[in-house]
Amino acid sequence: MTNIPAEYGLVLAALLFATGLVGVLARRNIIFILLSIEIMLNAAGLAFISAGSRWGQADGQVMFIFILVMAAAEVSVGLAIVLQLFHRLKTVNSDEANTMRG
Amino acid sequence: MMLVLLIAVPLLAGLLCLPLSTIHRKAPFWLSLAALTADLLVAASIWANCQTDAVAAASAGRWLISFRIDWIPQLGVGIHFALDGLSLILVGLTEFLGIAAAISSWSEINERAGYFYANLMFTISGILGVFMSLDLFLFYFFWELMLVPMYFLIGIWGHENRAYASMKFFIFTQAGGLLMLISILGLYFIHGRATGIYTFDYVQLLGTALSEPEGTWLMLGFAVAFAVKLPAVPLHPWLADAHTEAPTAGSIILAGLLLKTGAYGFLRFVIPLFPAASAAISLPAMIIGTVSILYGAAMAFSQTDFKRMVAYTSVSHMGFVLLGIFAFNEVAVQGAIVQMVAHGISTGMLFFIAGALQERMHTRDLTLMGGMWSTAPRMGAVTLIFAAASLGLPGTGNFVGEFLVLLGSWQAGAAITAIATTGLIAATVYAVWLMHVTFFCSAGTEWKFPDFSFREMAVAVVMIAAIVAIGLYPAPLLKVSALPVRAILNNTYVVPDAAALSQQSRAAVKPGVIR
Amino acid sequence: MELLWLIPALPLAGFVILALAGARMPRPLAASIGAGSVGLSALIAVVTAAAFFPDQRAHTQNLWKWIDAGGFSSDISLTLDALSVVMVLVITFVGFMIHLYATESMSGEKDGYSRFFAYMNLFVGSMLLLVLADNLLLLYLGWEGVGLCSYLLISFWYSDPANSRAAMKAFIVTRVGDAAMAVGLFILYKEFGTLRITEVMNMAAAQWSSGSTIAVAAAALLLGGAVGKSAQVPLHTWLPDAMAGPTPVSALIHAATMVTAGVYLIARMHILFTLAPQVRIAVAVVGATTLLLAGISALAQSDIKRALAYSTMSQIGYMFVALGVGAWTAAIFHFMVHAFFKALLFLSAGIVIDALHHERDMLRMGGLRHQLPLAFWCFLIGAASLSALPLISAGFYSKDLILWESLASANGSAWLWAAGMAGALCTSAYAFRMVFLIFYGKAQSEASYRIAVHSGLRTKAPLIILALLALLAGFLQTPESLGGISFFSAFISTALPSTPTIGTAMSEGTMQYLSGFLSLLGIFLAYIFFLYNPDYIRNFIRKPFGFALHCFLSSGWNVDRLYDILFVRPFIYAAQTNCRDIINLFFLLVALLHKGANRVLCASQSGLVRKYAFGIAAGAALILGVVALK
Repeated sequence: MTNIPAEYGLVLAALLFATGLVGVLARRNIIFILLSIEIMLNAAGLAFISAGSRWGQADGQVMFIFILVMAAAEVSVGLAIVLQLFHRLKTVNSDEANTMRG
Repeated sequence: MMLVLLIAVPLLAGLLCLPLSTIHRKAPFWLSLAALTADLLVAASIWANCQTDAVAAASAGRWLISFRIDWIPQLGVGIHFALDGLSLILVGLTEFLGIAAAISSWSEINERAGYFYANLMFTISGILGVFMSLDLFLFYFFWELMLVPMYFLIGIWGHENRAYASMKFFIFTQAGGLLMLISILGLYFIHGRATGIYTFDYVQLLGTALSEPEGTWLMLGFAVAFAVKLPAVPLHPWLADAHTEAPTAGSIILAGLLLKTGAYGFLRFVIPLFPAASAAISLPAMIIGTVSILYGAAMAFSQTDFKRMVAYTSVSHMGFVLLGIFAFNEVAVQGAIVQMVAHGISTGMLFFIAGALQERMHTRDLTLMGGMWSTAPRMGAVTLIFAAASLGLPGTGNFVGEFLVLLGSWQAGAAITAIATTGLIAATVYAVWLMHVTFFCSAGTEWKFPDFSFREMAVAVVMIAAIVAIGLYPAPLLKVSALPVRAILNNTYVVPDAAALSQQSRAAVKPGVIR
Repeated sequence: MELLWLIPALPLAGFVILALAGARMPRPLAASIGAGSVGLSALIAVVTAAAFFPDQRAHTQNLWKWIDAGGFSSDISLTLDALSVVMVLVITFVGFMIHLYATESMSGEKDGYSRFFAYMNLFVGSMLLLVLADNLLLLYLGWEGVGLCSYLLISFWYSDPANSRAAMKAFIVTRVGDAAMAVGLFILYKEFGTLRITEVMNMAAAQWSSGSTIAVAAAALLLGGAVGKSAQVPLHTWLPDAMAGPTPVSALIHAATMVTAGVYLIARMHILFTLAPQVRIAVAVVGATTLLLAGISALAQSDIKRALAYSTMSQIGYMFVALGVGAWTAAIFHFMVHAFFKALLFLSAGIVIDALHHERDMLRMGGLRHQLPLAFWCFLIGAASLSALPLISAGFYSKDLILWESLASANGSAWLWAAGMAGALCTSAYAFRMVFLIFYGKAQSEASYRIAVHSGLRTKAPLIILALLALLAGFLQTPESLGGISFFSAFISTALPSTPTIGTAMSEGTMQYLSGFLSLLGIFLAYIFFLYNPDYIRNFIRKPFGFALHCFLSSGWNVDRLYDILFVRPFIYAAQTNCRDIINLFFLLVALLHKGANRVLCASQSGLVRKYAFGIAAGAALILGVVALK
């Protein structure tokens, strides 16, 4: 089994994270924002796994499962909020939901 | 235990006021009155006990009565109450004016009376705590405790502009209080580091060795807090609004008692804790006092609102107190104490009158008044007497106070005292002006309203008797305050019993917790 | 002697009773308490004086410890010596006469009858405390007490703004002097550690050299107080306006109480003033200035009471001249005689005013001598005594003494004497101007007499007694050339030193002829200008210069306007401009700053989720960057 250097995994994770971040910042559609957040979470998970394999410890995989569960929970809550938002505002544009403006 | 009782009685009465108001509309009133009277009796019994010369001599530099238990021993916080002559006088004044304040609310407060009296009683127990605490942590606790219910008193039962006034009051005093908190903590750590004993206990903190900048800065933290309360120009603007907008009882408590906590703080904490630093600011403080006297008097003259006018006279009168305290001699400080009591009574009564007029005329506007002597001669006569007290007429307590202050401060600074003496003229101007625009000079409109009722007249007579008694026979007052004044000025307060000290240090030395 | 405390206590008790229950009392009861307390006090004063007379030793009665603080100690204690005996007798006796008169003259009042007597009693009580005080602090209590009472009584008819204003003015102006006096007390206490008069005097004599700065300062400050209370230049402006009160009040203020307090103070503190020759000269100059200023002003007054007020100022000016040259006895003698004739003048003027329905303008009176014979004769006697009509009037003997001493005493000067002589001419001129204007000439308003009020014995008796005294009191002390009776000066010599005299170019007898001549000349001039040919003055006043002069004099040399511009208006202007409190602006600024900052920071809360996310990301990147670079 060839050893993939940990740096590769981390670079991939960083790229994924950057993609997700750009998605969050650039898209207005809340669905896409949620998708982008998922990508970022997965990037974090990938970083954990790479680091775990680098140190030869199981902690990284434990954390990934933890993130997985958390992501599922987050999506379910997030989608519920999105549905409510759509119900009220008749749009999925996040910029319209600015009633908290100071 | 007596001391705990003193504070607990109004506190419990306050708590009971809330449920009682559902039983009967006037029940909270009677309960408050009973609680305060009981308290006054307790204070009087302490007074009576310490009147004999032997006891007074034996307790020179010590406390007439004290009480101490641990509260948070890990931090060196204790519940330490004690009375000396100075605090005893002020405790008595608190209860006396508290009764007047309660009576003044008889017909004025009809909304949420239970809650009102609860707040009133909480404020009073807070003030009592301030006058009795000998633990800086506890002192700060009570300092804040009296503030919050007062905020509600102004904010809920006040007049037109109450929200603004209560907010302003709160922010000013809170800002000062925070500076004091910093100083308290600073003192706590400096003392702890130097001696290894981390304690908030006043008696132990006395005589803490402080370098010069330390002493000055810590002293200023205290001094600003007390100067705001006093109030000294230029920290006075909260006062005019708060006094004007507060309900009558609130104004009486504010002017009569809350301002005294400032003066008390100077005497109890600033001078004994930082003798060198406070001696260094003696001249500036005297100048501020003089400016307050004149500025307050000039401002009072130009006001068109009865309560606002009386509020500014407070600035003027408390200027005398500041002048006297920082003259650093016995005559002046004794004078300042008499002035505190006399001002509490005279200004309290003027606010009482203002409240009575507001209730009858639904205005405090002086330009609308005039010629009311024929309508209400009793009210006019009472106002006249307290206007005369306000201008420092001999025979009233204010004269004794002001004269002693000036006599004493002349020894400390002749020029500044000469300027302060012109305050007597300025006081005459506003006092006779007040009579002129309210009860004398007829404005054309014929006012019709009832004169002082029996209830109000009873308060007035007692107050007049008090102010004249202080004016003609202040000896009991001066005798009680003489020892503490001497102790404060000569810094001979530090006489904790050895036993108490060692017990205290055992409890307090817990370095691990602190660092 | 043990009854000494009752002398001030009785009027004060009368005040307390009347103040508490007077409104519900029937009038006769209120009147008898009011007048009775003073009467009793007078009786006790006579008894005490009789007890004092044989051995003439000062007697002190200590009542209770007043203030005892930090080494400063002051008692409520009374002391009686020859000076206070004279003062007490005059105050209680003249006070009683005035009270008695007032029980009748005030009966027309709708309300305030008992209030009036309460104030009057407090007035007399305070004045008695003042003259009996054994220390300066108690003296100051009485001093301020009379100030308050004058305020209350001047504003007795409170609803008229003018009265209330006059009262304010009186109180504030005298308070200016009082403040100066208070500072004087501070100096004395600092130097001597006590305010007991005898101790202060002894120590001052022992420790201070004549003319030392501290002595001059202390004496000058006390003089400030005296000038304020006694209505001398420059604090004299309150007195003419003080005529707003009822006439018995004016009588009390001018004759027995209040304005004579300054004279008493200087006489009482005479050792201090002897130690400060500069101040003593100032006293004489103030007196001379006032007597001339007021004497000339009195000539141009049309209001009967204002004219009498200026005359009081002028007479007190004489007393100040006497004090200034060290003729203490002469000053007190003139005080006593003045009390009698001035009370007489005011009370008879009161009858005139009441008879004419509160008409006080002398130009609208005239020919009243037949309608009001009692008032006429009494006023005439008073005026004669005031203008020092030779031989028959008491005023002649007392004023003569002052004039003689102002020239002949070691501290006297020809200038003071000349001023006094010029004043004497003015005095008789204005005194008889009043007599001629009121009682002679054509009757102007016949119909409206209301004499009934003043027909009773309680009006007549005081007038007649005072008239007799105004004529005869002078024989207590007569000059060498006229019998040389020295009863008064001998009596008072235990309290006040006699005045050393030096030889002068003029003998006392010559001077008496001269002053007598001036007095008669004044009457003659008054006759010419105000009775024989009144048109001359009337025409003079119509001319521009004459009119301006008249306005200038009748307004009391425009001093009021001057003070108004110099002090009153600037103070009111400054106070009014600042009525919103400029210091508050600073705190408002702080509040505004916070509001501004709040607005700026609010803008960052845009409500856009993406912006918040960007903020989080940027912040995280920043922190990571910092950590990485470190």
